[in-house]
Amino acid sequence: MQHESIIREPLLLGKKTYHQITEDVARPVEGKANKYWWLMLALAVTAWSWGIGCMAYTVGRGIGTWGLNRTIDWGWDITNFVWWIGIGHAGTLISAVLCLFRQRWRLTINRSAEAMTIFAVMCAAIFPVLHMGRPWLAYFVFPLPNQFGSLWVNFNSPLLWDVFAISTYFSVSVVFWYLGLIPDFAMIRDRAKVAGRKISYYCYRVLSFGWSGRAKDWQRFEEVSLVLAGICTPLVFSVHSIVSSDFATGVVRGWHSTVYPPYFVAGAIFSGMAMVLTLVIVGRKVLGLEEYITIQHIDTMNKTMLTMGSVVGVAYFAEFFMAWYSGDPNESFIYLSWNNAIGPYGWAFWSLIICNNLLPQILWSKRMRRNLYVTFFMSIVINIGMWFERFDIIVTDLYRDYMPSDWTYYSPTWVEVGIFVGTIGMFFTFFLIFARVFPFIAQAELKTTLKATGDLFHNPPRKLKANGTAADGSTVQPQTAH
Amino acid sequence: MSHTFVHALYDDDDRLKDGATKVRSLGHTIKDVFSPFPVHGIDKIMGIKRTRISICCFIYGCTGFSLAFWMISYMMVYDWPIDIGGKPNFTPYHNLPSWIPILFESTVLCSAHGMAITFLLRSWLLPGVSPKNPDPRTTDDHFLMVMPAYTDADIKAITGIAKETGAVEIKTVHA
Repeated sequence: MQHESIIREPLLLGKKTYHQITEDVARPVEGKANKYWWLMLALAVTAWSWGIGCMAYTVGRGIGTWGLNRTIDWGWDITNFVWWIGIGHAGTLISAVLCLFRQRWRLTINRSAEAMTIFAVMCAAIFPVLHMGRPWLAYFVFPLPNQFGSLWVNFNSPLLWDVFAISTYFSVSVVFWYLGLIPDFAMIRDRAKVAGRKISYYCYRVLSFGWSGRAKDWQRFEEVSLVLAGICTPLVFSVHSIVSSDFATGVVRGWHSTVYPPYFVAGAIFSGMAMVLTLVIVGRKVLGLEEYITIQHIDTMNKTMLTMGSVVGVAYFAEFFMAWYSGDPNESFIYLSWNNAIGPYGWAFWSLIICNNLLPQILWSKRMRRNLYVTFFMSIVINIGMWFERFDIIVTDLYRDYMPSDWTYYSPTWVEVGIFVGTIGMFFTFFLIFARVFPFIAQAELKTTLKATGDLFHNPPRKLKANGTAADGSTVQPQTAH
Repeated sequence: MSHTFVHALYDDDDRLKDGATKVRSLGHTIKDVFSPFPVHGIDKIMGIKRTRISICCFIYGCTGFSLAFWMISYMMVYDWPIDIGGKPNFTPYHNLPSWIPILFESTVLCSAHGMAITFLLRSWLLPGVSPKNPDPRTTDDHFLMVMPAYTDADIKAITGIAKETGAVEIKTVHA
C-alpha cells in the first residue's frame, strides 16, 4: 500500500469504500434527472437551435451577413474559434500532463475535463468552416486528390498546420477519453444486469466493448494510458502553438511576435482551467459529488489558474513594453499599447486587463481560493477576460491598419452573436447529456488511489505516535477497504 | 488440460495479492484475475509477461512520420512545386522546418490510433462482444482469481490457501 505524505489533505472525504465509490458514480447515471437539469437542457437546446438558425442564414446568404469589413476581416468568428480551442486545452492537460506528473487530484476531474475538451473543439471547428463562406467545400483543406489535377494544399501554411493539429487533437482526445470510459461503462453494465434493467444493460454492453477487467487487459490498459499521456503532452502544447502561428507568421503588427506560442499555451490553460472550474463547481453540487471534488481540488485548480494567469500577465507586460520601447509608430497601435487603451476600443482593452490581470489577484488569498462563490465568479470573469484577449488580438490589431485611410471600426451583427450563443448552447447540451449518461468520475482509476488518498485510510496513521499507538492511547488497527 | 477451476473471490486487493503470491509459491498456476481496477503488481505475481504494446506504438509513430514525409515531399516537391513568396521549396531539405508541425501531428495521429486499435483487437474489445467476467461484482468491489485444478488434492490445497488468505467466496467450477 502506498501512502501520500501525511501533511497532504485527503482527496476523498468521508468513509469511502470501493463499493461506495461505485454507488456514488453510478447514482446520477441510474437515477432520474431533476427539473433543474431539464430546465438547463431546455435552455441549452434553445440557444443551440437559435445558433443553427444563424448558421443556416450565414450559409444561405453568405458571410456578408456578418459585420466584417475590408480592414477587419477576422472578427467574432476567429475570436470564438481561438476561445473554444483554448478552453479545449484543459482537458488533455489535466489527463495527460498531470498524469505524467503523478498528480492524483486530477482523477476526479479528468473525465469531465476531457468531455469539455471534446465538446469545445467541436464548437471551435464550426467557426473556420463557416468563415470559408462555402462550407460544403471544407474538404478542400485536406490533401485529397481532386478534380483540379495537381492542386494540393500548402504544407508551409500555418492554416494547414491548424487543420492537422486540431483534427489530430480532437481524434486523439476522443480515443483517450473513450478508452478510460470502457471499464466504467462495464461497471454500469454489470449493475444493470444485476438489477434487471434490460435496455440499460444492452446499451452499456455495447458501449463497454465487452470489458471484463482481466489482469492482462488491465496491464495493456495502463501501458496504453501512460504512453498516450506521453504523446498527448507535446500534442497539447503543439496545438495552441500552431493556432498562435496563424497570427505569429503573419505580417500584421501586433501579431508578428515570437512570444505568441508560449503565451497562447499559457492563455489556453488559464481559460481551460476557468471553464473546468465553472463546470465542476456546478457539477459537484448537482451530482452530489462534493466528497470527491473537494475544496482541496478547487484550491489546486485555482493555484494552477493563478500561475497561468501570471504567465499571461507577464506576456502582456512584455508586449506592452516592447511596443513602446521599439519606438515603431506602427507598434504603438497594437492591442497592448497606450493608443489602444485610450482609443475607440479602449473598453475592450480595459475589459481584458481587469478580467485577466487585476481581478485574478484575489486568488493569492487562500480564503478566496477556497470560497466556492468567489471561485465560480472568478472562473466566469476569466472566461470573459480570455474572450476579450482573443478579440483584442484580432480586432484591435487590425482596425488600425498601416494606411490611416483604412482605419475603421467593427461591430458584430445579430448573426455572429447568434452563432456564438448557439455554440454555447451546443456545448452545454452535450455536457448536460454527458453528465447524465456517462460516469462523471473515472471511478476505476480513482479506486486505485483510495487507500493512499482517502480520508478513511489517512486518519489512523496521522494519529500515530512514535511508539505505534494512537494519540488517544489505543492501539491502531490497520484498516482496509471492504 | 484441466477442466476444473477454483474461483476465489476477494474483497480487497492486498489480500488478493497475498493469495496470488501464496498460490504461485506453492507451484499452482493462476489462469486469470478479474478486478474492478488495475491491481499493481498482480501481473508479475501471475507471471504475465510485460506488454509489448508500446513497441507497436513506436512502430506506428515511425510509420506515420514516414507516410507524412513521403506525402508532403510528393505533393510539394515532386508533383507540383509552388513558389510561395520566393521561399525555398524545391527540395525537402529546404522545406523541412515548415513541415515539422504536420510531421509531428501525423506521428502522433498514427501512434495513438494504431496503439488504441491494437489494444482493442489484442484484448478483443469491440462493440457487441460478450463480457467474460464470471461475476458482476468484479467491476464493482470484488476481485476474482481463477486457478486451474488438476486433481482433488489441488482443489483442496488451492481452496485452503484461498481461505487462509481471506477469500470471501470460494467455488469449484467444472468447465
